Amino acid sequence: MTDLIRLSAAQLAAAIASGEASAVEVAQAHLDRIAAVDGKVHAFLHVDTDGALAAARAVDEKRARGEALGPLAGVPLALKDVLTQKNVPTTCGSRILEGWRPPYDSTVVQKLRAADVVILGKTNMDEFAMGSSTENSAYGATRNPWDLERIPGGSSGGSSAAVSSYQAPLAIGTDTGGSIRQPAAVTGIVGVKPTYGAVSRYGLVAFSSSLDQAGPLTRNIVDAALLHAAIAGHDPLDSTSIDAPVPDVVSAARAADVKGLRVGVVRELNGEGYDAGVRQRFSEAVALLTSLGAEVGEVSCPHFDYAMPAYYLIAPSEASSNLARFDAMRYGLRVGDDGTHSAEEVMALTRAAGFGPEVKRRIMIGTYALSSGYYDAYYGSAQKVRTLISRDFATAFEKFDVLVSPATPTTAFRIGERTDDPLKMYLADLDTIPSNLAGNAAMSLPIGLSPDDGLPVGLQIMAPALADDRLYRVGAAVEAALHDRWGHVLIEEAPAL
Amino acid sequence: MPSITRAEAAHLARLSRLALSDDELDHLAGQLDVIINAVARVSEVADADVPPTSHSLPLTNVFRPDALRPCLTPEEALAGAPASEEQRFRVPRILDEE
Repeated sequence: MTDLIRLSAAQLAAAIASGEASAVEVAQAHLDRIAAVDGKVHAFLHVDTDGALAAARAVDEKRARGEALGPLAGVPLALKDVLTQKNVPTTCGSRILEGWRPPYDSTVVQKLRAADVVILGKTNMDEFAMGSSTENSAYGATRNPWDLERIPGGSSGGSSAAVSSYQAPLAIGTDTGGSIRQPAAVTGIVGVKPTYGAVSRYGLVAFSSSLDQAGPLTRNIVDAALLHAAIAGHDPLDSTSIDAPVPDVVSAARAADVKGLRVGVVRELNGEGYDAGVRQRFSEAVALLTSLGAEVGEVSCPHFDYAMPAYYLIAPSEASSNLARFDAMRYGLRVGDDGTHSAEEVMALTRAAGFGPEVKRRIMIGTYALSSGYYDAYYGSAQKVRTLISRDFATAFEKFDVLVSPATPTTAFRIGERTDDPLKMYLADLDTIPSNLAGNAAMSLPIGLSPDDGLPVGLQIMAPALADDRLYRVGAAVEAALHDRWGHVLIEEAPAL
Repeated sequence: MPSITRAEAAHLARLSRLALSDDELDHLAGQLDVIINAVARVSEVADADVPPTSHSLPLTNVFRPDALRPCLTPEEALAGAPASEEQRFRVPRILDEE
């Protein structure tokens, strides 16, 4: 084994299973990579060296005993810091949770452990997953490995940066309005938001409960499918978990065939406001799908134009309620408890000190949208838009098996460029939000570099709820065709760090 | 549509239990107003005959069997507490002195 960090998750698992490499060697190679490059990238908030090596040793011992190993056994993974892992710091990128060590594992972590995945550490994120650039982290921005002066997307920007800089072959992110797909798109990797309810939210610190969904970030489609299969499934600890079989995403990723599949290009998710380079690569990807035998047509989803405003009412409303739990009483930061302040004053002082500007903005927007007198005009109307968007999807999926669009309107923007203009920042999620509001499955995969600036462009594929397998079938076909054309995967063009 | 004044921002901060400084309130009031005005157009298409969607899945209440199951020990539950005493969360005074 020459360069373990360059291998895919599937290759690493095969190497470990065959004894070509030990799980400890694989974990150590990635820990060494983190030590070498994360000073520049800042993908990780916490590296769990001891925990990772112990988990890797357990895999090697299991193999030595002749026990069967799963398809991801011994493969390292970077975990977004919004999911609890017992006794490992979990901050959600916020000062209010600094130093908190959760007393329990999230269901995602339990499933990763059951699959013998080796968790390397916790990745940086926009505070409480609110943002599109990871600049809203209280612990400093993460940088895009393609250009260290640019953002890695957000809110799962630590996860996207870790995978695209070869610090981990697998990462978990969460996606409330695009927080897996947008970071994947701007760092040239694969990101999947499974159907809402497919992956348990137990132990996922809630931002917007009706929208939040965890999913994989990886460097190729098969790895994403393997991770998706490992974390999905019904969980009685999450009342919104779907009690249905997980679609066979791994077989779909290996099938990689779009012949006869009906692909709809969403008219509203293109045009004005999109980079010319993004539009060019997207058109080429659509032409590629046609050449691979897909039946491509255009489809209109007229209410998608209202998705962004609806999202920025619904998500803050839910957040204002969910974040009420940070009350300085049972865990986390407490400020002003000096005997002169009441409990309520301590709460207000703690929250003012512990939350950053974007979290404060959203709590106040949500409080406004839910207040009597304004509820019908704002939150109520946003909920109706949610119905209209779901209907647009339902109509479109009568004619098409999957829908496609650019994953983001632009490539990675510069750090600092949008930090004091919230509305401009919100535009980064224009293409991804509709699938969160409707709860369907969606993926972003790399389709080339923009001729404008040489930065990655992502293709978004959307499929009906519980038809996640279609994402993998289409994504793998596009990936294989581009791989044939280029002779390598896109991420190999990223500059050395 | 009403825009958010500084006084309204201060009221929202109180409701949100955020003890914001004057500078923060000045800055936020302007931003909140811009954001609210930008998202207000949801009402353009929210006709009376469109039912609201709170959730993309049909939700039904889920009960678990009323049976004993493992849970956190008092030490685990209190491990992250800012202050604790006699196996309880210690909190600042809740009632004003009369």
